[in-house]
Amino acid sequence: MIWVNVIVSGVLLGGFYALFACGLSLMFGVMKIINLAHGDMAVVAGYTAVFLVPKFHLPEVWSFLIVVPVFALLGYVVQRTLFQKSIERDPFTTLLVTFGLSVVIENLLLEIYTANAQSINIGSLIAKSWQVNQTIYVSYLSLTVLIVSVVVLGALQLFLSRTSTGRQIRAVSDDREAAMLCGTNYRHIFGIASSLAFATVALAGIAYGMYSQLDPTAGGVNLLFAFETVVIGGIGSLWGTLVGGMLLGIAQQFGAHFNAQYQLLAGNILFLIVLAIRPQGLFGKKVAMS
Amino acid sequence: MSVEDLTPVEQAITVKRNQIPVAYTLSGAIALVVFFTWAPWILPASWVTILMNFFILVIMATMWNLLAGYAGMVSIGQQGFIGLGAYATLYFAIKGMDPFVAIPLATVICAVIAFPVTYLLFRLRGGYFSVATWVVADSAMLIIGSIAFFGGGTGHYLPGLTNISYKTLNHDIYLAAWFVALFVVVATYILLRSRLGLVLSSVRDNEVASRSSGAKVTSTRRTIFIIAAAGCGAAGAVLAISQPFLQIGNEFNLQWAAEMLFASMIGGLGTIEGPILGCVIFFVLQQTLQNFGAWYLIIFGALAVGVAIWQPRGIWGFVRDTFHIEVLPVGFRVSGADVVDSPRDVPIAWRGLRRTKGTSPVDADAP
Repeated sequence: MIWVNVIVSGVLLGGFYALFACGLSLMFGVMKIINLAHGDMAVVAGYTAVFLVPKFHLPEVWSFLIVVPVFALLGYVVQRTLFQKSIERDPFTTLLVTFGLSVVIENLLLEIYTANAQSINIGSLIAKSWQVNQTIYVSYLSLTVLIVSVVVLGALQLFLSRTSTGRQIRAVSDDREAAMLCGTNYRHIFGIASSLAFATVALAGIAYGMYSQLDPTAGGVNLLFAFETVVIGGIGSLWGTLVGGMLLGIAQQFGAHFNAQYQLLAGNILFLIVLAIRPQGLFGKKVAMS
Repeated sequence: MSVEDLTPVEQAITVKRNQIPVAYTLSGAIALVVFFTWAPWILPASWVTILMNFFILVIMATMWNLLAGYAGMVSIGQQGFIGLGAYATLYFAIKGMDPFVAIPLATVICAVIAFPVTYLLFRLRGGYFSVATWVVADSAMLIIGSIAFFGGGTGHYLPGLTNISYKTLNHDIYLAAWFVALFVVVATYILLRSRLGLVLSSVRDNEVASRSSGAKVTSTRRTIFIIAAAGCGAAGAVLAISQPFLQIGNEFNLQWAAEMLFASMIGGLGTIEGPILGCVIFFVLQQTLQNFGAWYLIIFGALAVGVAIWQPRGIWGFVRDTFHIEVLPVGFRVSGADVVDSPRDVPIAWRGLRRTKGTSPVDADAP
């Protein structure tokens, strides 16, 4: 029974990781950017929900109504300015730029809001849970995050496969020159993909702020989780991301079951094993290899 | 066009390494060595501490430059080897060894650990490689943190230093940092002037072409990764002695990766002088803004982002290409009557010569 508990909590945690990772996966898939500031963007979204949204007299639970659109816009702007400039140099530059951005964001948060941990106040919802049986509890919050994550992944999948813009995103991702020949403005398409990625990362950041405590340095470790999720699931596969997140969650819960110190280590070990045996991930094509 | 036009005009071309006569560079170097070796006796103690930290950063930045600037591997996991070097020193010190004697041992241990790690990491390229190096560093930190022998998460005091007076200790640590930095910079310089350095610049300019000419790209990269790991291990060992209370959060801090990256980026990747210049800028900023918290790091990071986008050759790269000076040249320069600066105009016989323009990997004409 105890193992069922480990698996259930791992799967719930995995929903959150998948939500966190899908923006990273999208940006790599389309722009070939590894956004090393991905985790820090999420933390910024969380801080926005904590410090700025209350000024609009909105309950913090509904903060995503403001933060997500703002981040979508921010994503477009950052892509068209900073990221586009670095893509035009080469992949090497995008790494340096996003890493620099990550350090700058972390230290700015530290200077402005101190190192104190913050969390998004959601009232009594945090404690409510659904008791399956004597040992298994499913928190409403985790379940909501898992559902949101599945909905977001499904919506992204539909958007990419059914709409005209989605088709253009896939076209640009497959062959930029050919897409440009057909009249696609790839910079605009990059902007849209990036605004989608930022919107999902804002959601993930808010979810993180509800679950746990935000602090200026939380971005780094969350980037690692998101990255491990993408690699385990397979690069470029959205549903793979969900499975990857769940496997990572289960591995971490499994480690934590023995010793709280082993939670993160177990996740890293799963990642390194996948890397050693199947570097393209469980559902991926051989992209990272080439 | 006749055959004569295609033959290199030998009498008109001279190929040389040094712009500045060797005697000048050498005497300058000797003067610097004498000055910095003498420094603890003539400078105030606070300066000695700053210089010590400066030299530790010089070691890290030089190693990072070797990795990224010459071998094209953007690692953001070098703090893993800094931590391992520090904890290896702690291990030997607890076992009763003099911590200063433990520095070379810690270096060797980091090199040994790096060897199998490359087999895992080299499966990934580009950005995936970068984040994977971070995962490895994070795992190393978690493993060290879970060992009670090293004090776990609370940290451990480095034994073996208590019977030395504070002043002597400060001098000794300074000299250790200075000599390791000197060794690392000179070794890097010699390495890059060797055959290995030639392979590295050919890979940087065109990997496919150099592979097809028989360059052993992967094993060269592996060698460089191991050397960089060893260098960072040595930096970590010196760092451990200088602190000397070890905590996993300090030793394995991502900030080390950030500092070494920013310093070599701003100074100029792909040059020996650049990272050292970057370290000077970093310490000037840090000392000027020391009362303003983390602002020095924010400014330094923003500066690095700006440099990466608008001036990817870095400050030294800019100076070198504008004024044509190199203090520590690793390549050759072709000069003569009709020689043009562009690498494409250099005859095939001079293949492997240093490009005078666009030397930085960030500026290469790769697609």
